[in-house]
Amino acid sequence: MKPPRFDYHAPESLEEALDLLADSGPDARILAGGQSLVPVLNFRLARPGVLIDINRVTGIAGIGDAGDRLTIGAMTRQREIEVSETVARAAPLLHEATGHVAHLPIRSRGTIGGSMANADPAAEDPAVAAALEATMVCRSRRGERRIAAAGFFVDVLTTALEPDEMLVAVEIPKIPAGAGAAFAEISRRDGDFALAGVAAQIALANGRVSDARISACGLGPAPVRFREAEEILLDGACEPAAIAAAAASVAAACDPHGDVHASAAYRRQLAEAMTRRALASARERAGGSA
Amino acid sequence: MSDTRSVTVTVNGERRTGEAEPRLLLSDFLRETLGLTGTHVGCEHGICGACTVHVDGEAVRSCLMFAVQAEGAEIATVEGLADGETLHRLQQLFSKHRALQCGFCTPGMLMTALDLVRHRPDMTEAEIRSGMAAVLCRCTGYEGIVHAVAEYASGGEA
Ligand SMILES: Cc1cc2nc3c(=O)[nH]c(=O)nc-3n(C[C@H](O)[C@H](O)[C@H](O)COP(=O)(O)OP(=O)(O)OC[C@H]3O[C@@H](n4cnc5c(N)ncnc54)[C@H](O)[C@@H]3O)c2cc1C
Ligand code: FES
Ligand code: FES
Repeated sequence: MKPPRFDYHAPESLEEALDLLADSGPDARILAGGQSLVPVLNFRLARPGVLIDINRVTGIAGIGDAGDRLTIGAMTRQREIEVSETVARAAPLLHEATGHVAHLPIRSRGTIGGSMANADPAAEDPAVAAALEATMVCRSRRGERRIAAAGFFVDVLTTALEPDEMLVAVEIPKIPAGAGAAFAEISRRDGDFALAGVAAQIALANGRVSDARISACGLGPAPVRFREAEEILLDGACEPAAIAAAAASVAAACDPHGDVHASAAYRRQLAEAMTRRALASARERAGGSA
Repeated sequence: MSDTRSVTVTVNGERRTGEAEPRLLLSDFLRETLGLTGTHVGCEHGICGACTVHVDGEAVRSCLMFAVQAEGAEIATVEGLADGETLHRLQQLFSKHRALQCGFCTPGMLMTALDLVRHRPDMTEAEIRSGMAAVLCRCTGYEGIVHAVAEYASGGEA
């Protein structure tokens, strides 16, 4: 189908975009990569009166190194993230997860900011943000607000962004020395949304787990860290028995839904299998062999 | 009442201008405004890949972009691949490997494959299969497509 009519604005500065957003009220939508929004418009599932296209806004794209973290502009394309050596080195979890996002022609347009703001429960980027405790840098005419990932993802397709706020950057803490990360996912076909995906990052100090991060996509309304599973791993050697116990804990704690693609029970099984896979790879990459 | 604007793009090396309402999809602009019907339209929600074209050198779904967003862009469509009567090497390989039947998916397959091979010249066959899953084909069963893309990739770019 074809999209309904809308007023179209393509501001070139952030100030102009934020003014448009504030002045247009709740009937306005931001257009980033369009890879989630345009299908919704084409189906007429949404009829925003105003579209604010931020593709020509300067200063909100690109990957910056800020010491202990990467600052990734909201309009940075998923394709740029996928091929960035800086991301591969400093945030390997984001690098691997991005390879699972849709197909190459969709990553050419899709943005990290759009994925976070869209907050699809099956999307990979929000799961990475939850695991790594990313910070969402949001701007409105009223000023800047920094929101921790844990408070940003509220529910299915729902974030803490106010209608006049724009996500301008995502800050991703760099992987510590001696840590390993892995993203494991199952989808019906490569490029489809995940039935279940698990993000894991393990830091080892003297062969013992000093930090563990586990989160998931497709396994609940919004991405969360699985604290109980992480606790199981802490101070241990992340050996197969501990990995199995952590995987069972994730499977018990997650909150999957059933739909035409997979039942909730099957997704729960996948949660366990994907957690095992992700943890085993993360541990191997952290330099330990089980 | 409809707010139309003039959109100028370079398509297959030629500057073209047309009028577009902001809600006009790039796919419809190419097909209906510029008359370039080689780009096919299947689903209009990003799933089938038939509408894939290159914008500034990268494959994108033309059904998920508005024509006004392409102002000033370089666009390549399937019409630009052949050199007169001589088919592009990938098109020749599609013919050799029987990589098409009805041909509906073929424009999207070709434009996707060209970008994929440029993006990752060293793909394994499994990676080619995964990458070409970006476009749906209801006829061929993909074998011929995978073989054509593999031979194209192994021979470098034509
Ligand atoms: C066939 C297909 C398969 C896909 N598969 C996957 C997949 O496997 N995994 C996955 O994660 N995604 C998948 N996607 C979605 C894709 O990754 C999207 O690109 C992404 O979810 C949204 O990013 P975008 O830049 O395109 O945002 P848009 O579509 O432009 O916007 C999405 C929403 O976020 C809002 N928004 C965008 N940017 C901002 C901002 N900076 N500040 C505030 N609000 C903003 C918009 O108003 C809109 O409501 C798929 C899409 C398609 C078409
Ligand atoms: S028509 Fe664009 S992806 Fe199907
Ligand atoms: S050849 Fe008919 S859809 Fe692919």
